[in-house]
Amino acid sequence: MAGTERRVVVTGIGVISALGSEIDTFWKNILEGQCGIDRITHFDVSNYDCQIAAEIKGFDPTPAFPSPKEIRRTDRFTQFGVYAGWRALQDSGLDLEKVDRDQIGCFIGSGIGGLSTTEAQHSVLLEKGPGRVSPFMIPMLILNMASGMFSMYYKLRGPNVATCSACATSTHALGEAWRTIKMGDANVIFAGGTEAAIVPLSMSGFAAMRALSTRNNEPKRSSRPFDLQRDGFVMGEGAGVLALEELEHAKARGARIYCEIVGYGNTADANHITAPSPEGEGAARCMKMALRSAGLRPDEVSYVNAHGTSTPQGDVCETMAIKSVFGEHAKKLAVSSTKGATGHMLGAAGAIEMAICAKAIQNQIAPPTINYENPDPQCDLDCVPNQARPMAINAILNNSFGFGGHNATIAAKRFNG
Amino acid sequence: MSEKSIEERVKHIIVEQLGVKPEQISPEAKFIEDLGADSLDTVELVMALEEEFGKEIPDAEAEKLQSVGDVIRYVEGSAK
Repeated sequence: MAGTERRVVVTGIGVISALGSEIDTFWKNILEGQCGIDRITHFDVSNYDCQIAAEIKGFDPTPAFPSPKEIRRTDRFTQFGVYAGWRALQDSGLDLEKVDRDQIGCFIGSGIGGLSTTEAQHSVLLEKGPGRVSPFMIPMLILNMASGMFSMYYKLRGPNVATCSACATSTHALGEAWRTIKMGDANVIFAGGTEAAIVPLSMSGFAAMRALSTRNNEPKRSSRPFDLQRDGFVMGEGAGVLALEELEHAKARGARIYCEIVGYGNTADANHITAPSPEGEGAARCMKMALRSAGLRPDEVSYVNAHGTSTPQGDVCETMAIKSVFGEHAKKLAVSSTKGATGHMLGAAGAIEMAICAKAIQNQIAPPTINYENPDPQCDLDCVPNQARPMAINAILNNSFGFGGHNATIAAKRFNG
Repeated sequence: MSEKSIEERVKHIIVEQLGVKPEQISPEAKFIEDLGADSLDTVELVMALEEEFGKEIPDAEAEKLQSVGDVIRYVEGSAK
């Protein structure tokens, strides 16, 4: 083995979103500028402020699950997480019969967990009393259960934890998985996040915070990161899971390598429950930490997948943070947000966006920010407006920032042997 | 309401709750050993039976219901 430093590469990608249930379709839709957002159909939204979201329609978890009974015992967020994990496993080509499963882990987090189960069982409690609350309620709603179930179904006995840091959840999962593999505690970790929060309670709660777009009559144009007329984020649902693998382990089995994970930043704003710190100070420190741990100079980075949720304040603060980290080089960076297409998948967002980054590196194409029509002088970076752009992509950053002041950044590079 | 027998109603609930095939259900079939139930399944099964037959099944009684036949006999007995 060359050197003692363990390196970590991405060898499998699993996604489930409104824009596709496997990576190739999803990536094609992202490049084409498709939008997964539409009027909400999961429930009657006629008296809701926000009536739009990126819903997954006709989802069938069956191929990822051992039996229909197991599907019935799991919340939708767990079904998404297990499904994306299964897709990542298939995509990685890993033969579980030939590896030591004590060395294979899962870090599949969730921002919110099983909110639809909470809603349904609370109704049972009120209507029928405590004696009718399901014994499966707690295991269905706790947000670690996607990670737990995936390990049970595929007998993966290595490190297993579910991160929870709101919209930074799955970027933290990827970072902590990267670190765990580097430390020698696992050879492969299925890392990412899952979310199924397009339910009445959360659509009411996020709307009450005035966090959501109310562009109900133009769903396809509602999520518009960095555009002057953005008016809030639009909820998405689904999951993203990536197979992170120690390099020698991947080489020994001849695995396809999408990219190398080279650094991780993790900081707190320590400022406010929902508002970013002034000028994006916490986010800037996070990106710097990721660059430092990767040993990358700022000018080596060519693409940033922004958190860019399409909220008025968040996009400005992230722009300021990027400028403070990259200086003059910020003008040469391609900085897109793919949330115009996917909606904001909360705890799944970072992993879905890391899937996009891995494909961007593999194909040397930066994905577009869609719905960009009116430049905002406060968001004056090159956001790859509306059209995907073939370009040389060597190193990237992927940002996620969550309520609670959590910041996470992954640094990744083209794999050059 | 159709005139389903207690046995048919019990079997229907077990098929629904445990995700088993109707032909797997015989009076001798035990929930845990033969029908793949775990402890949470049996709690949920008892709750479904309580709903279907509109009566409480005390925990002490519920613990004795280990097979399909146990349930049918219990429900028929308590229906009198």
